[in-house]
Parts: sequence; structure tokens; C-alpha cells
Amino acid sequence: MRVIEVENLTKRFGSFTAVDNISFSVERGEIFGFLGANGAGKTTAMKMLCGLLRPTSGKGVVAGFDINRDSEKIKAAIGYMSQKFALYEDLKVWENIRLYAGIYGVPEKEATERSHRLLEELGLEKERESLVKSLPLGWRQKLAFSVSIFHRPSIVFLDEPTGGVDPVTRRQFWEMIYKAAAGGITIFVTTHYMDEAEYCNRVSIMVDGRIEALDSPALLKKEFGAVNMDDVFRKLARRSNNGLL
Amino acid sequence: MEGLTSVCKKSFSKSIVVKELAKNNGKVSFEVERGEIFGVIGPDGAGKTTLFRVLTTLLLPDSGEAKVEGYDIVKDYREIRKIVGYMPGRFSLYQDLTVEENLRIFATLFNTTIEENYHLIKDIYCHLEPFKKRKAGALSGGMKQKLALSCALIHKPEVLFLDEPTTGIDPVSRKELWEMLGRLKREGITIVVSTPYMDEASLCDRIALMQDGKFLMCDTPRAIIDSFDKNLFSVKGENMGVLLEGLRGADGVLSCFAFGDSLHITTEKDNVIFQSVTADSLKTYLEKTGLEGVEVTKTEPSVEDCFMELLSK
Repeated sequence: MRVIEVENLTKRFGSFTAVDNISFSVERGEIFGFLGANGAGKTTAMKMLCGLLRPTSGKGVVAGFDINRDSEKIKAAIGYMSQKFALYEDLKVWENIRLYAGIYGVPEKEATERSHRLLEELGLEKERESLVKSLPLGWRQKLAFSVSIFHRPSIVFLDEPTGGVDPVTRRQFWEMIYKAAAGGITIFVTTHYMDEAEYCNRVSIMVDGRIEALDSPALLKKEFGAVNMDDVFRKLARRSNNGLL
Repeated sequence: MEGLTSVCKKSFSKSIVVKELAKNNGKVSFEVERGEIFGVIGPDGAGKTTLFRVLTTLLLPDSGEAKVEGYDIVKDYREIRKIVGYMPGRFSLYQDLTVEENLRIFATLFNTTIEENYHLIKDIYCHLEPFKKRKAGALSGGMKQKLALSCALIHKPEVLFLDEPTTGIDPVSRKELWEMLGRLKREGITIVVSTPYMDEASLCDRIALMQDGKFLMCDTPRAIIDSFDKNLFSVKGENMGVLLEGLRGADGVLSCFAFGDSLHITTEKDNVIFQSVTADSLKTYLEKTGLEGVEVTKTEPSVEDCFMELLSK
């Protein structure tokens, strides 16, 4: 079953083509890495997939809904987390969970039950009443991810989820991603850490608005005769014409 | 003769001397040699920005003392401001002014001109020159970074403080920025740079690994790697998830984490019971548990391995 399927997706701003005719699909339970240099068009493409931006042309289905016609339904059906913004720091741990549960329409009784289990799993029972800003960054990160999939979406979009996180927490975070994917949640993730690209089932690399490569890390390395994903990335980024690098 | 003594004095003295400096929590002491690239490496919240703001005289310390080029950070803050360049982590140029106007403001504030020190920024600014009439706010992330660096350099600072210049920047642009830092070092500028990327450590002359307001270690990347007191193995196999679980439970394995396309595991170096853990014995153990086609090699730690080891202590 496909959770994302897009065809010839394009977005232009005036004379500038930010996303240029991209087509790809993502399977259920897959960890899909979405890479590209700054300015390659990743954010614009992600916004269209999340129902936040209307495409100039092309079509697509995300979580069973049409990105041109049902963008509101997409927003309710997906999860989203970014490093820049994830939780309300001035709210308590339980208040954040409660707020997200409410926004995504999780019934109250269900929400109470799930939130107990969530705090237990994260070992955060004692921090229930703590303000999020008082938690160490690593805990906040794990809580943010758990909250983003609290309503059990079929897919979660993670926008640079591990930026600035310490190396141990970064790895523990990926172990959480694996667990969620094994439970059937599709993961769509962007990152600037090339070692993390290795943890994805498949990786796409955007250059100047187009998807220039899409395959498993092992096959990409083979195709480009590269020792690691960093090397693949560099070889591809050199194809860029915009000279902004 | 007087010239000669001043040259000698300069070449022997330190660019930065920090003693028991404290702000909020933690306390640090360290020195930076003149003309050195000194990296402060650590995750968000470690205290990197606070340290930079204290050293650039933007925050007062709670206690302790520090000197930059011989000037005291509290008493001589005016002098320090003249001789340091500071590029904050957050883009803080004038978004509504053009590229050229931003640069001119910085030059004028420091009583110089773009022309006078153009040679310092030429390699960076030449990428921006075609866009010099564009508003700074309309630049891409990579170009904003280049403009900010140009502005921090235009008064020919003796010490350059760069707070996370590569955060959120793609690997190719990161590499370019580090090449620029190498060129500035050759101009004799002392560079203090912070980063959350452990792989950038090897590009510094010396590094401090920072966590919770403290330095876990401060030395050359080589010395930090040499001080790693565990055996490290790299393990590759078909199913990394199963492999990870299998290794975490194995006798003698202290830690096991994913590292790109392989797993890194640490074992005790001098332990009577587990000293026999070798690449071969690990491979045999894994094969007994039913895992086939496993590759195990003894490997040298990276700075990231060292940081993780220090965090576990």
C-alpha cells in the first residue's frame, strides 16, 4: 500500500521553479529520507505534501487524500515534527499531550489512557507536571516525536528532527523511528547528517527542484561509486546549476 | 628593536586565556593560541552560545576571568569589541538593507572601508557580488551565511568568533565554509568556532567537547582519539535491527550504537574476564545466535565515539 504517490508535482513562484516536475511514491512502513542542498526545494515539496501549499501543477495522494482537493483532510491525517518547533515550552508535559490530542480529535477517554502509556514508555511519569522547557533537550525531542504520532497517523513528516542533538540522543531517537516504522507508521524525514541517510530504507536527493536520485543507500553508493552517503551527496550536488552553493 | 620585541611578545602570548569562567551553570578554563582554530563542540543547550557571548563582552560572567588578546572581558570591553569579529548563530544582519549596504555599515562602524580590507573577504564575497543589490532578507541560507561572515571580517579582526556557522547547512556548503576558515587561519586570524557536528572536529587544531556548561575534554582531536580507553569494533550485517539487539545483550559488550551503515560496539580494554573479546570471537558469537554474513573489524574511534564514551561516564 502506498502512503504517498505524487506525479509531475511542480511549484513555481513567479519565474522561479522551486519544485520541478517530481514523481515518486512511498510505501507503508517505509523510512524515506528526503535530502537535498539548501535551496534545492525540499521545504516547498514538503509543504505541498502536508497540504500547506497548493501545487502549480501535478497531482498527488497523501494518506489517502488528494493534495489538490483535500488538503484539510491531509493535515488531520498526518503527523509533523520539526527541530525548530515541536512543543509549547511554557506548557507542562501533560498539557502538551492533551493539547495535541485535542487538536487531532483523539476522544478524551482514549487520550487519557494513551497518555498514561506514553509517559510510562518514555519513563517520564515523574515529569508529568514539569514545564517542557525544564526538560533536557533529549527528552523533549523524544516527547515531541511521541506527541507527533499520538493520533496514530499513517505517516509522520520529520523536518530535521535531530539538528543540534547530542550523538547518543540522536541515535536513541532513530531507534524510536525504527520502532514506529515497524509498527506500520511511514516515516518521511529530512536531515543534514549523512550517517542518518544510511538508516533510511530509501533516500531521494533533490538538486535544483528535481529528484536526481532515488534508491536504497546501498544501491545509491553502488550507482555513484561512493564510499558513503556523504560522498553520494557531494557528487550529486555538483550537478547544481544555480551557483548558490 | 622595539618592533622586534613586540613581535616576539605577540608570538609567545596567548590569544585567549580563560580562568574558572562561570555563567549560569558550569565553569570553564582554557587557552587559545594565536592563529589557531579552536572548536567548541557540543549539542544544543551545552552552553556554547553563552560562552561566546561572555567572551565577546555581550554578557557579564558570574565569576572567573577571561582575557582576549590581553584585554579583560569586563574592564576592557571597548577594546575587545574593536578587535573581535562575531558571527552569531542566528542571522542578525539588516534584512531590509541590500548585501552591499550591510557590508558598508559594518565597515563604517569600525572606521574602515570595504576597499581597505577587501582581500580578506574576496573569496567569500565574490559569490555574493552578483547579488549585491539584493536585500539581505531575500538571500538563500548559504548566502546569508557568507554575507554574515563577510560582515564579521570587514574590520580585519584579530579574533573571529563563529557561533554554529554550519548549523542547518548542507554538507557541501559546510565543506566550503571550512575551506574558508582554513584560508583565514593562514592570514593569522585566531578562530573560535562552535558546532554540533562531530565530524568537523578533525578540521580544528584543538577542540573542547562541551556538555552542561562544562568541558568534558579539551585537546587536539588526535590526543582525544588516543585517550579513548575502550576497544572499538565496527559490525556490519544484513539486518541491522536484529544485530543491534543481539549485540546489546552480548557478554563483554559495553555499548552498541548505529554508525552510518555499520554498528559501533565498545568492549573493555584491560579486563581479565573479557580481554579475549576479539573481532573473531564476536563474529563466532553472532553466528552462533543465527546471524549470518556478519563482518566484524576492529576500528579506530572518531571524535563522535569519544564524545559518546565521555557522555556515558
